[in-house]
Amino acid sequence: MGSLQLKSVRKSFGPVDVLKGIDLEVKDGEFVIFVGPSGCGKSTLLRIIAGLEDATSGNILIDGAEVSAVPPAKRGIAMVFQSYALYPHLTVKDNMGLGLKQAGAPKAQIEERTKKASAMLSLGPYLDRRPAELSGGQRQRVAIGRAIVREPKLFLFDEPLSNLDAALRVNTRLEIARLHRELKATMIYVTHDQVEAMTLADKIVVLDAGVIQQVGSPMELYNRPANLFVAGFIGSPAMNFIDAKRLGEAGAKTIGIRPEHLTLSREGGDWMGRIIHVEHLGADTIVYLDSEQTGLLTARLFGEHHYAPDDIVYASPNAGQLHRFDDGGLAIR
Amino acid sequence: MSKARTSYGRMALVHIALIAYTLVAVFPVFLTLINSFKNRNAIFRNPMQLPTPETFDLVGYATVLGQGDFATYFQNSLIVTVVSIVLVLVFGAMSAFALSEYRFRGNTLMGLYLALGIMIPIRLGTVAILQGMVATGLVNTLTALILVYTAQGLPLAVFILSEFMRTVSDDLKNAGRIDGLSEYSIFFRLVLPLVRPAMATVAVFTMIPIWNDLWFPLILAPSEATKTVTLGSQIFIGQFVTNWNAVLAALSLAILPVLVLYLAFSRQLIRGITSGAVK
Repeated sequence: MGSLQLKSVRKSFGPVDVLKGIDLEVKDGEFVIFVGPSGCGKSTLLRIIAGLEDATSGNILIDGAEVSAVPPAKRGIAMVFQSYALYPHLTVKDNMGLGLKQAGAPKAQIEERTKKASAMLSLGPYLDRRPAELSGGQRQRVAIGRAIVREPKLFLFDEPLSNLDAALRVNTRLEIARLHRELKATMIYVTHDQVEAMTLADKIVVLDAGVIQQVGSPMELYNRPANLFVAGFIGSPAMNFIDAKRLGEAGAKTIGIRPEHLTLSREGGDWMGRIIHVEHLGADTIVYLDSEQTGLLTARLFGEHHYAPDDIVYASPNAGQLHRFDDGGLAIR
Repeated sequence: MSKARTSYGRMALVHIALIAYTLVAVFPVFLTLINSFKNRNAIFRNPMQLPTPETFDLVGYATVLGQGDFATYFQNSLIVTVVSIVLVLVFGAMSAFALSEYRFRGNTLMGLYLALGIMIPIRLGTVAILQGMVATGLVNTLTALILVYTAQGLPLAVFILSEFMRTVSDDLKNAGRIDGLSEYSIFFRLVLPLVRPAMATVAVFTMIPIWNDLWFPLILAPSEATKTVTLGSQIFIGQFVTNWNAVLAALSLAILPVLVLYLAFSRQLIRGITSGAVK
């Protein structure tokens, strides 16, 4: 079906190195998500896999075959774009069928696959409409349908949910998860949204500054971040970082504790602090406090809690949930 | 624009200004038209008067249409204008696409070079152009005019179109590439339909100077068989006697084809002019 191997892929635009040697293996049927801040090179990497951009050096293998010199249409990939990128002058049906038509597939086959894909995405009633007559969510479903029709070895998604509003985003996310289960296809998905990454991925690839920071399952990244960057990037609100010297810890430079692993108490605890701000979200209460020992801390409490700014509280880290990082920012295990 | 925020007073002022400008622009055309339907005496005695039953006279049109050559002049003008527009649009759009789509060494330099023609009038090169046409034996052919006008129209076309092509979504072109469209199909089937308003704008801006031009027809193609309308009308303007009826009739007739072409492009043109500002 579809596996992908990247071997020391580099990309430079003039003097700027965007990707600095990417090695990665994606197994057949995996859902892999590239996540990172904007400008980290994740979209460039996806475009290199698609063949829309040439790598400066390195190898790209799809199903074990080198594809660096193969044009995008012949790589056996399909791509879903952030801006949908539907052909404005074609109907939904023709939009989905164009790839196969260009490849010279017989009409009956195009018809059959279009029908199957549109049934899967409940696009049946819209087949004869043009993209301008569809809503944003429907357009993105057509774009996904266009990818399904090609029956590719690799599905590539370039921030497909970024243009949708919050409610549609959740729906479409579920849709993509369901498609992955039904099609059992290999999918590579780029996003800057860690919620999408955590909820969809089998495997997350965290990129920053053109370098892979860590590869692992969502829970691996959450529980055992490899370095400061991953620790700070995964999880919301972000992990608290405390200078180890202030806590008198030897053998580490920085101590990390996630907001949800702090317990607050009015009576007593490890770190005393004054509350700066409280956010009540219903399910969670997020408390920002300033402590003399640790500096600024964020704590996430489950359920409703009645704290107010200027209250004095004590924060204590849960046992065994401290993360330690060395001088180079790497996790000490 | 929301209705609630538009004040009627402001709208009225804007419209008064626009109407005043329209009157100024249309007045010479109007004068030409009414006088072309009057007899010679009436033209001189009362140039502002509308044709009355006494002064109404079609002698100008009779002269122009009676001289069999005028059909040829019209044909020449139309051939030169239409072929030049088509060439300017095709080549202009192609180079604009290359400049805006592909990263290659000297891209910016090439863009500047192609835009240079906007700043330097092509008439400065008349002598060299004439020498070139003489050397290639193209003098007194319509080809000579078409070549010059294509060169004259390209800089603006490349400049306007490349700006517009930059606005066409990259994702769309990439989707085409993944679906196996060639670069030519991407250009003709995806990009061109999306920049149609810009093409109409370029077509109108290209068309009018070509249709009105007297300089190059006079220099490059003054023979009877290759005269354009503007050049042809000159036979009625003499050193001592000018046949005003005929001149005015010829000019009135010359307006018609431009008007038709303009109307054909105008709906797209308005979208082209406003698309940058309103959006």
